Amino acid sequence: MVATMPDVLPLVDDFCTKLNRRQVEGSLDTAKLALVLLRQVISAQRIPPNASAGVLIDAIKTVGVRMIAANPIELAVGNIVRRVLHIIREEDASLATTVVSGVTVAVDSDDEDNLDIREQASSHAVAAANRNVLRAPSLHNLLESNPSPVKADVTVASTGDSTDTKSRSGDKNSRSWKLKHNVIESINIMLNELQEYHLQVAEQALEHIHQNEVILTLGRSRTLLHFLLGAKKKRSFQVVVAEGSPRYQGHKLAKELTAEKLSTTLITDSAVFAMISRVNMVIVGAHAVMANGGVLAPVGLHMVALAAKRHAVPFVVLTGLHKLCPLYPHNPFTLLNDMKSPSEVLDFGELSDCLNGTTGGAESHVFNPTFDYIPPELVSLFITDTGGHNPSYVYRLVAEFYSPEDIVL
Amino acid sequence: MAVKRSTRATDIGDDEADVPLQAVLLADSFAQQFRPITDERPKVLLPLVNVPMIDYTLEWLASAGVEEVFVFCCAHAKQVTSHLEHSRWTSQSNFTVTPIESRDCVSAGDALRVIDQRGVVRGDFILISGDTVSNMSLKEVLKEHQERRKKDKLAVMTMVYRRCKPHPLIYQTRLGSEQLLLVVDPSTKQLLHYDSLKEAGGRESTKQQTLARQVVLERSLLADRPAVQLCSDVQDCYIDICSPEVLLLFTDNFDYQHLRRDFVRGLLSDEILGNKIHTYEIIGDYAARIDNLRAYDVVSKDIIHRWTYPMVPDIRFASPETGIKIGRSNIYKEDGLVLAPTTIIGPSTVVGSGTSISDNTIIRNSVIGRGCTIGSNVVIEGSHIWNNVTICDNVQIRHAVVCDGVNLKARAIIQPGVVLSFKVVIGEDFTVPAYSKISLVLQRHEEENSDEELEYAEAASGVTGSSPSPLYDGMNGSQTDDGEETPQSPRWDPLQVGLGGAGYKWSTGQDDEWRHSVAPIPPEKIKEIVAREEEAELEDAARDMTTSSRKDNVEEQPEDDDDEDADEEDDSLFFDKEVEALFSRAVTGESSAENVVLEVNSLKLAYDRSFSDCAGAMFRALLNLAAQGPQTTSRELLQNTKQVLLQWGPLLRRFLKHQDDEMEVLLVFEEICTEDKKEYAPVFASVLQELYDKDVISEEAIIAWASEKQHGDEADKIFVKQCERFIQWLQEASEEDDEGGEEA
Repeated sequence: MVATMPDVLPLVDDFCTKLNRRQVEGSLDTAKLALVLLRQVISAQRIPPNASAGVLIDAIKTVGVRMIAANPIELAVGNIVRRVLHIIREEDASLATTVVSGVTVAVDSDDEDNLDIREQASSHAVAAANRNVLRAPSLHNLLESNPSPVKADVTVASTGDSTDTKSRSGDKNSRSWKLKHNVIESINIMLNELQEYHLQVAEQALEHIHQNEVILTLGRSRTLLHFLLGAKKKRSFQVVVAEGSPRYQGHKLAKELTAEKLSTTLITDSAVFAMISRVNMVIVGAHAVMANGGVLAPVGLHMVALAAKRHAVPFVVLTGLHKLCPLYPHNPFTLLNDMKSPSEVLDFGELSDCLNGTTGGAESHVFNPTFDYIPPELVSLFITDTGGHNPSYVYRLVAEFYSPEDIVL
Repeated sequence: MAVKRSTRATDIGDDEADVPLQAVLLADSFAQQFRPITDERPKVLLPLVNVPMIDYTLEWLASAGVEEVFVFCCAHAKQVTSHLEHSRWTSQSNFTVTPIESRDCVSAGDALRVIDQRGVVRGDFILISGDTVSNMSLKEVLKEHQERRKKDKLAVMTMVYRRCKPHPLIYQTRLGSEQLLLVVDPSTKQLLHYDSLKEAGGRESTKQQTLARQVVLERSLLADRPAVQLCSDVQDCYIDICSPEVLLLFTDNFDYQHLRRDFVRGLLSDEILGNKIHTYEIIGDYAARIDNLRAYDVVSKDIIHRWTYPMVPDIRFASPETGIKIGRSNIYKEDGLVLAPTTIIGPSTVVGSGTSISDNTIIRNSVIGRGCTIGSNVVIEGSHIWNNVTICDNVQIRHAVVCDGVNLKARAIIQPGVVLSFKVVIGEDFTVPAYSKISLVLQRHEEENSDEELEYAEAASGVTGSSPSPLYDGMNGSQTDDGEETPQSPRWDPLQVGLGGAGYKWSTGQDDEWRHSVAPIPPEKIKEIVAREEEAELEDAARDMTTSSRKDNVEEQPEDDDDEDADEEDDSLFFDKEVEALFSRAVTGESSAENVVLEVNSLKLAYDRSFSDCAGAMFRALLNLAAQGPQTTSRELLQNTKQVLLQWGPLLRRFLKHQDDEMEVLLVFEEICTEDKKEYAPVFASVLQELYDKDVISEEAIIAWASEKQHGDEADKIFVKQCERFIQWLQEASEEDDEGGEEA
């Protein structure tokens, strides 16, 4: 399958190597790059005439499996792959109904004016429609075994799309071309969403942060920074930043917040429990959100979550939908932690004389895990770009954005 | 692709985007540390935590942004090139690996000359050997190097080092290399001096070693620099950023062989061309070169403990076909592993795929390769088991290296430090003694010229009989030609490998195998070394005394820049002893008083003493001399002392430049009376008077001494009391003098 798209193969190789060498890190960057790459794969993929979406799905799967294997801990890659697969399936299904409705349109084509309007429908409208397809399947749809009888509004958009296509692409195989086109459109929308998700999250800040509150956080996340700055526009509050050893991203966050004239206090990670009683809310970023509502977050946050629970302080997790992972944390094939080089914790030279067992003594070991797993019962609220959700609602989100057949690739 | 290339170039901070970053990788260490294994397979292909060493180096180069690598193959060139051909390195974009073969090179110097002849290197390049494991970022060091080059064309090389504390007793780093001494200019990071405290074991060398710990620096190094930095806790990573001139230098100086011993020292001592070497210290990142078996063991452990992240076993950079799962306390299990439920896998262990392990076997701190069969009740600790090894029931292996295809029959015991080369068979119930090396290849006894440079390069060409190539095929797992290397002929000695075993024992000819083996250093060896060291130090002290006293010239004294040994007490002891020795020679007439003054002066400079120290030591010597004479009563002692003072008083007087010096003499005298020579105690006052009479000590000094003692405690005042009358008299006399003076 991959052999049919030799142009993108080097790109895939390159990306996989970078993932493997840990040269691309951070879920947002990885997600963006993966999405752009998958878009290229799709556009390079030749679909035989009248073939179904199966070819496309297989191609994405092959590339996806490689990308996931290159860095299994970067769950965002798998999420993006599965979401693209879901998009393809949805588009395929909606196209199937379009063909039907296209026929109906052809039969009673008296409604000329209406059609014109449809033709003028910008890609935005199409996008919005597609988004609706993706975003809001009714409970009724979910319960039904076949993904699909699509509702009227979608038909409108799709019809518009189909006529649009016909006018532009003369002899090309219309159906597969259309599929590809639609999928790429949806991917573009997703890319836009990725780029702006933190702004969307930040917009909700005012609903959650109140005047004179004390907010505690650990480490640094870009979403968190935007969130706090979003709240700062109208409210004045205090932020307590735990430094987030051993990477000490908290130092950077504290500097950035101070530069924005937010009242900031920097504490060590070990002082979290001492501070928590004075705190109104804990707000943190995350690495991934698992299907059960558990969170993978930078190391140290489990401790913060427990402290928050002990003092009944709300523990709020900011996350983008690309971090939503359809896997469960107890899945033995899911890697939940990455052990980094101990040199971040301790300089090698410092310990070099007691690190070796060469003199027969016991060796000292240094561990440096990257993530903590925070169980769902410790999380009070997820704030995503689509609004706030309870941990118990996460499975619904998963059902919305992923097809069950893609969960195991 | 063009776009890609340019982004790469900016990645590494290269200003000249059209010159790809190049590296020269020496796939031959030109050393014999890994024999006999390296007689059959080149060192760079030996598995390090189940991945050939060269793959670590190449992966690092590729991820650090190097685009073109020239792999210089010498020994077993065919194996290296075929490995490269079948690896994924050939198929990577933006990364080309070009093998350069040469059969007749015997040193790194030769290799670089060959590379210079080929003319493939166009710009700055990274010189590295194929047994280096690192995860350092080259960005910064390259930037520093290039900026220096822009300002100063003579800065030809940047050497990378890392801090690493050496063992305090045996003076070797954890990687088994000797302690290194670098002298660096802290402001420019220029390397001024490179010295390894070389040692070869045995009594002789221990002495040399102690000698070598005194470093002689050229005065010119210190002349125009505000500061120099001496580092003795560093480890050379053998990663060099070189300018193309380095190759030219090798071509010009055809006698340069060794990169450090010849090239670096040659460059440092050469003041005509003025080429400079600079240094770069890596902080946080990892880099180590595997040049002996201890380093092999230690680096394996560092990889397992993830210091080399992202080059760790569960990130499959070289062969991504199988996955490895990491468990708690660094247990790595590759897919396709058969473990009995009762098997105990301890911490820091890697087990390869296709390996099956039976009941009640215990494995700790070890690396097990792929396709091994391990029986029940086996104990494996701290060992490196390579691929396709068969280990029968009840075998015990501790701290050993077991190569591909080895067969250990039931109840065999492998003691620490053992190396079993390819396809060796150890018979039942046989115990392989510690530190022995066994190989199917017969050791050739032509090592009399054991020049380090005549490496396995030669060994490879020499081995023809036992056919290393089929063995190599065996490693690939393709086919095993049993007929060729397990002949039933009784040429294996059962005393060496047990009944039914196969292999020749290699004699190492060195008794310091423990220094570089995979086994931990036995504590008794350390004790031994310490004892030897102390002995040598004493000898040293004695020798120092004689040699330095023979020196007539102040200029010849070595500048003692070695700050770590500056033990004040020892020094003063030596100083006293030497002054005494000098003095006694003067007494016996061997040297004149004039010479004594000169030599004491030179000693004073050498040990950085003051005049009062000299005077004190001198006076001590005087009294010792007096006490040596025949004496039974204190009266005779006084008599002797008087004589000695009469004769040598003037000499002593020459060191008493100031009242403080005189007081020092008095204090020393007191000390002698209370500690060394109690017999002087009763005659203290008389001797003091004698000193006064002979004008050795002035009345002012005595009065000052007495008044100082007034405030001391009772014990201190014994001698003051003894001399009370004398002092009183002195005081009265001086008062009279004063009055007289006033009246006049």
